[in-house]
Amino acid sequence: MAKAYRIEVMACTGTGCVSNGAFEVIEAIREELKKKNLHSEVDIIATGCNGICALGPIMVVKPDNIFYKEITKKDVPYLVEEHFLKGRPVKKFMYTPPEEKEPIPLLNEINFFTKQVLVALRNRGLVDPEVIEDYIARDGYAAFAKAITEMTPEKVIQEITASGLRGRGGAGFPTGLKWQAVRRATSEEKFIICNGDEGDPGAFMDRSIVESDPHSVIEGLLIGAYATGASKAFVYIRNEYPLAVKRIEIAIEQARDRGLIGEKIFGLDFNFDIKIVRGAGAFVCGEETALIASVEGRLGEPRPRPPYPAEKGLWGRPTCINNVETWATVPVIISRGAKWFSSMGTATSKGTKVFSLVGKVNNTGLIEVPMGITLKEIIYDIGGGITDGKKFKAVQTGGPSGGCITAALLDLPIDYESLTAAGSMMGSGGMVVMDEETCMVDIARYFLSFTAYESCGKCTPCREGTAEMLKILERICNGNGQPSDLETLGTLSHAIKEGSLCGLGKTAPNPVLSTMKYFKEEYESHIYKKKCPAKTCRKLNEYVIDEKRCLSVGHGCDICKKECAYDAIIGQTKEAHRIIQEKCVKCGSCYDVCKFNAININ
Amino acid sequence: MGKLSIEDLAKIKEESKRKMNLRDGEYKAKINVHMGTCGIAAGARTIVDALLREIEKKDIKEIMVTTSGCAGLCSREPMATVEIKGGAPVKYADLTEAKIIKILNEHALAGKVVKEYALAVGSEKTTA
Amino acid sequence: MSQEIRETAQKIIGKYSGDPTSLIAILLDYQDAFSYLPREALVEVSEAMEIPLPRVFSIATFFKAFSLKPQGKHTIHVCMGTACHVRGADKITEKFERELSIKEGDTTSDLMFSLHKVYCVGCCGLAPVVMVNEDVNAKVTLQKVPSIIKKYRK
Repeated sequence: MAKAYRIEVMACTGTGCVSNGAFEVIEAIREELKKKNLHSEVDIIATGCNGICALGPIMVVKPDNIFYKEITKKDVPYLVEEHFLKGRPVKKFMYTPPEEKEPIPLLNEINFFTKQVLVALRNRGLVDPEVIEDYIARDGYAAFAKAITEMTPEKVIQEITASGLRGRGGAGFPTGLKWQAVRRATSEEKFIICNGDEGDPGAFMDRSIVESDPHSVIEGLLIGAYATGASKAFVYIRNEYPLAVKRIEIAIEQARDRGLIGEKIFGLDFNFDIKIVRGAGAFVCGEETALIASVEGRLGEPRPRPPYPAEKGLWGRPTCINNVETWATVPVIISRGAKWFSSMGTATSKGTKVFSLVGKVNNTGLIEVPMGITLKEIIYDIGGGITDGKKFKAVQTGGPSGGCITAALLDLPIDYESLTAAGSMMGSGGMVVMDEETCMVDIARYFLSFTAYESCGKCTPCREGTAEMLKILERICNGNGQPSDLETLGTLSHAIKEGSLCGLGKTAPNPVLSTMKYFKEEYESHIYKKKCPAKTCRKLNEYVIDEKRCLSVGHGCDICKKECAYDAIIGQTKEAHRIIQEKCVKCGSCYDVCKFNAININ
Repeated sequence: MGKLSIEDLAKIKEESKRKMNLRDGEYKAKINVHMGTCGIAAGARTIVDALLREIEKKDIKEIMVTTSGCAGLCSREPMATVEIKGGAPVKYADLTEAKIIKILNEHALAGKVVKEYALAVGSEKTTA
Repeated sequence: MSQEIRETAQKIIGKYSGDPTSLIAILLDYQDAFSYLPREALVEVSEAMEIPLPRVFSIATFFKAFSLKPQGKHTIHVCMGTACHVRGADKITEKFERELSIKEGDTTSDLMFSLHKVYCVGCCGLAPVVMVNEDVNAKVTLQKVPSIIKKYRK
């Protein structure tokens, strides 16, 4: 067991503090503690960056969390004497000015930020994405310089392989192996592609990275090109992301101006070019062979693999294709080393992963966390729990290819394998939180409407099967479900999974299968009782005004009547209102606009 | 602009860092408005416009206004980070035009943090 | 009119200096320039790049960014991403349909507005969102819908 100390001094050794002399101060404290014979009672621990580098060296003294700033060597004897020996914290060294009764919280003590580890998002909010110098100031392009001057291409690939980095787009294929295959393929010409066709609804990792730090993607591509032997890259970005397109355009132009794109980069024998390709709106183009077809100007339909793009990709040439987040992670691995990266994460999934945390959770946003973190930490610590104090029901991961994970699995440490075992998948990182008011049958219907709409139509099981499944799910949501529907859904699911060529079809039934597995009673309630327990399926609802509440609290405000497009609400202003059920089309608008909770759903 | 050599990279890094750190620059404070799609959707552009109008109106020279991408916490957008010389950066959330003007006058110019709008002090741990 | 379309089309095609892989990029530029893909312009690209017209049409009808019918001056995209869905995006779509008296996918008769759904504009943290042209409107409620329309009707 670790030795217990009376006091622990957490001394920041981030870059900022070190440059302000943190190590000298730490050494001085150690000596002083020995001199005063306190070294068995007080421990000093070097920590990572606290984030307020301008005030370094910084230290936090536990257990009381006294926060000291700008400690110099000459302050040490006084500090040790007063605080560690006599137990009197030294006000003049403290960060929080004593007159402030309620200090502003430290960013890294706010739960949303505490558990995050920023690798792919390392520059978020810190650099101006339209200024290349900002990126360079944060060590930008130094990893590429290191790779091209100090490392052979093989060594770069070894480093990426050893880091354990896996494709962040969803499938999780080891990045190093992919690069290796392209490196080994013989061809006059090789290509690399950045897949920014982020199509999963509910996910925006790639958009955010390209918008806030486009140069990190360009640097990743440069390193990838050097390692694989490619000389041209294509960055494929969704047309729905106009700001991302604009920012990467500016970034490429600046990199070209500074000679980071073009011929003889850094005066060395290395040429590299990047072209932007705008997507034209087709989810299936996120699939690599379909994406390649559309870059070639053809119909975005997938083709069978093998051959994999690493052997025969763009125009039949070896092509290395990774997504935005993967490329943005590469430079850090080169500069900090594989060992550092693989020290984070689980046995099979190393490093960090970016998730978009959205839905019915208090803090929505983009988060980056080490693999192996639990869903509970993400939803409750980072996300701040469920909105309006409602009850958590499930979290959807992996978009239309994934599934729902229930409360029973909140303690699951997440990585590629554990999510798949739970009947969902990592996917590109969308994480949609659902509460008791989310109907799981409706969610299944929603995802099927998405895949049916996005199916490219090449494979009949996917094209016809998803349409048929959607029809059944709509029927169930509208109260016309039949007892045989559940079995039919199961049969169709397996047929689609087996009979489809690409990931879209193979995974399309997942949202249905996982909700049928974990929330069968909700399906049954819709079919047999014609009731939607979450009150989401509007056709099964009956909207009724609580006339007493309408009058006493809302004073007959009339807003619902004005909102109703079907004249189904009667009642004068300042009087109680009533819904005429025969006229009500159950659109639910009145329920949404009533500010006084005077409308109930039966 | 000239082509970069590896040595230039280090030079640019030092120069830009100095500028970003405000240590020896001519600026007294920096206001960084976070402008990703989410921020803009929540109104970040009107925040920047209001800020620039006020700076022009009062002919303020010592404040640097910069923009950056998403700060990650979409539900609290629009957000901005204010840093004054020798002080730690303070993140402000849920901004409006009126709030940013008050922050400009009280924090950036007069050095007093506007506590009621502040989310937190410090910056995120990053790996680079 | 059709002469004008042809000229604009030729200008766009010229930008890509005959690169046969740039068909999709050309069609995207068409869509921006004309708000739809006029038949004349499609014939033009087919001839200039020696791509059979049926192939041009197959591309034009495959991708969702393209439309063969003229679009309104302002395009409203109601986001149907998962986060928007769980926060009531379908009701927002219905409200737009009622306010504009058109169905999703259609254009108003005065050619002011086209109403479409889109699967995720990546602004999930502020759901539900509605994109009008390139502006993203965040945290949309039923009551905000009329004012969004009004803002662009001018």
